[in-house]
Amino acid sequence: MSIAHSNAVNPLGHPENLPTNPAWKRGKGKRPSELLPDATLVKWLRDMYLIREFENRTAQAYQAAKIGGFCHLYIGQEAAAVGTIQSLEHDDPIVTAYRDHGHALARGMSVEACMAEMYGKITGCAKGKGGSMHMFDKPNWLFGGHGIVGAQTPLGTGLAFASRYEWEVMKRSVTGGPAKKKVSLAYLGDGALNQGALHEAMNLAGLWNIPVIYVVENNGYSMGTAIHRGTTMSEDLTKKADAYGILGAIIDGFDVIDCYDHFKPIVDWCRENQKPAFVDLKTYRYLGHSMSDPQKYRTKEEVEQFKGKDSIDRLASHLMTERKKADGSFVLSEQAFMQLQTDVKEEVRHGIELAEAAPVPDLSELYTDVLLNPMPNMSPMGEYTHGVKNPLL
Amino acid sequence: MPILWAMPRTEKQLQDGLTLVEAINEALAQEMTRDARVVCLGEDVGFNGGVFRVTDGLQKQFGKDRVIDTPLAESGIMGTAIGLAIGGMRPVPEIQFEGFLGPAHDQLVNHAARFRTRTRSAITVPLTVRVPWGGGIHAPELHSDSPEAIYTHLPGMKVVCPSTPTDAKGLLLAAIRDPDPVIFFEPKRVYRSYREQVPEGDYEIEIGKAKVIQEGTDLTVVTWGANVFQCLEALDALPEDISVELIDLRTINPMDKDAIINSVQKTGRCVVVQEAPKTAGMASEIATIVMEHCFLHLKCPVQRVCGFDTMMPYYKLELDYLPDAKRIAEAIEQTMAY
Repeated sequence: MSIAHSNAVNPLGHPENLPTNPAWKRGKGKRPSELLPDATLVKWLRDMYLIREFENRTAQAYQAAKIGGFCHLYIGQEAAAVGTIQSLEHDDPIVTAYRDHGHALARGMSVEACMAEMYGKITGCAKGKGGSMHMFDKPNWLFGGHGIVGAQTPLGTGLAFASRYEWEVMKRSVTGGPAKKKVSLAYLGDGALNQGALHEAMNLAGLWNIPVIYVVENNGYSMGTAIHRGTTMSEDLTKKADAYGILGAIIDGFDVIDCYDHFKPIVDWCRENQKPAFVDLKTYRYLGHSMSDPQKYRTKEEVEQFKGKDSIDRLASHLMTERKKADGSFVLSEQAFMQLQTDVKEEVRHGIELAEAAPVPDLSELYTDVLLNPMPNMSPMGEYTHGVKNPLL
Repeated sequence: MPILWAMPRTEKQLQDGLTLVEAINEALAQEMTRDARVVCLGEDVGFNGGVFRVTDGLQKQFGKDRVIDTPLAESGIMGTAIGLAIGGMRPVPEIQFEGFLGPAHDQLVNHAARFRTRTRSAITVPLTVRVPWGGGIHAPELHSDSPEAIYTHLPGMKVVCPSTPTDAKGLLLAAIRDPDPVIFFEPKRVYRSYREQVPEGDYEIEIGKAKVIQEGTDLTVVTWGANVFQCLEALDALPEDISVELIDLRTINPMDKDAIINSVQKTGRCVVVQEAPKTAGMASEIATIVMEHCFLHLKCPVQRVCGFDTMMPYYKLELDYLPDAKRIAEAIEQTMAY
């Protein structure tokens, strides 16, 4: 067995056995979500609602000029992050692009760390040095938000390579816990589909059988350009996966349960067979690309149409009117949903309060976390060796 | 237990010493034996042993999972290597020529250099990028450039430029063990042109420490990489009464400023020699450091001997472009006569 060997001619195996055609779709067995405890689905609802509330408050803070830099909100796409991340183990690495607050929260980052980062405060996940696009959380195996479109995809490939190398070559873990089969997720937007780095990464993953899943959060627009105006084969992106011998799938990322039921079998298959996949996850963002986007490229009606099938409403309604507990009652009562919303609002409010109260980083922080040993004389305030301080400073 | 490594030294190596290529090969083999996290990857590094044969024999010894032939895709190679590094490994990617750093630049500058800052040092990138570097082997431009100043200017990466086989081995071992990204520039011109006895065992040379090759009292020459040899040649041609101190920086970032400052405070004169174009290169930075720290000690302006502000020429004019012993000696004599 060797990782870095040329791929076989038919690398994927018989279509019958592929996770794009899972047993439950062939009428055998239950949907994966049906096997989950009811409480798990309520947790998903809470996670999605937390992201929504957090992003709404972020927008307010941005408009009040409390957040600097750029800011890309996740509102509308909540089901995509929650549905995919919930299909993973906690120690499966993920890497994403700059619309990253949703992934950070779904992975378990605290509201305070996430918000303080955008406020530029020392308690932020990167000491307030990175801002909105750079959410990192090592304990939760989140290897960043990254600001260069598509450039994070080879990182996901490398993370997946490392996990396979640990399990297969070293047979021990150097990153904590036992060596085991892992899957890495590399999220990208549909705008990143045309970046060279993605195609280099997908070729490597296909060539070496790297257990990474490229998750295209396809919200239909690369900034202001509709996907069909900038991307070939946009009606069937799996053709791009075909070119690299990678399993491709199209999944509804707007319905968290459907997303989970289709995505989980792919994760399981990639983990078991240590192979890559490429998922076109259809989703939609309600707001602009960033905070300064007049959105001339789409109609209000289009946005309203998607809002009409909102993922949070859909899951809440499923839990309140369809899914029943063992005792026959519905999983979520109206009152419990109200309570959930109140709790989340309080959690976000409290987090923001802490972020507001936290101090900004000391100027000396400019010289920490650059290299292991800060270089002498790096600071412009440093003493000159002939004993006279520069009078200009 | 003694460390066993790939190839025992040949008769010739035992007698005449190792070339820079062989010293790096030995360092890689020893470190891969010692540390299973070390992985080499790059274009033709495996089966072919690298375009300069630096990784010759490693794939045979360590297998295809540890010495990996990649497609021609520098962005993918570098991004994957960074992913390996943050995933706990110690990748040593090779970029075949320094000109090919272009496609990998995005990954290096926008990812490798920034992980430590963005994660409060929770995640670092222990990556060593091996890059054949510089001119003098009759290669065209893009295969003969000296971009060390670019990667020094951009914070977050260490830049190492050894000149001798002994330094190369010790610095490479230190680089692979360093928790931060290191760009390891290997002077092509020295690859096979010089042999010396290299310690067989495991040793590190501290990154960020210069070496005084020759002590002197009248003038300080600061250089690094292949130019060390042209400087030595120039020193031989100088009149005996000029006492020159020759400093090989060995590491460009972090730079051993104290070595430069102490020496120039002693000599009061300084000549900087680099292959790269003159404008906004390391020589400019060193001249400024001397200004800031040795102003009251200087007897004359700092002089720079550099490549020219143009593309590296094709091979017929290559030696006119690169600083040679004659230009260096002239600069020294002019400085002495100021």
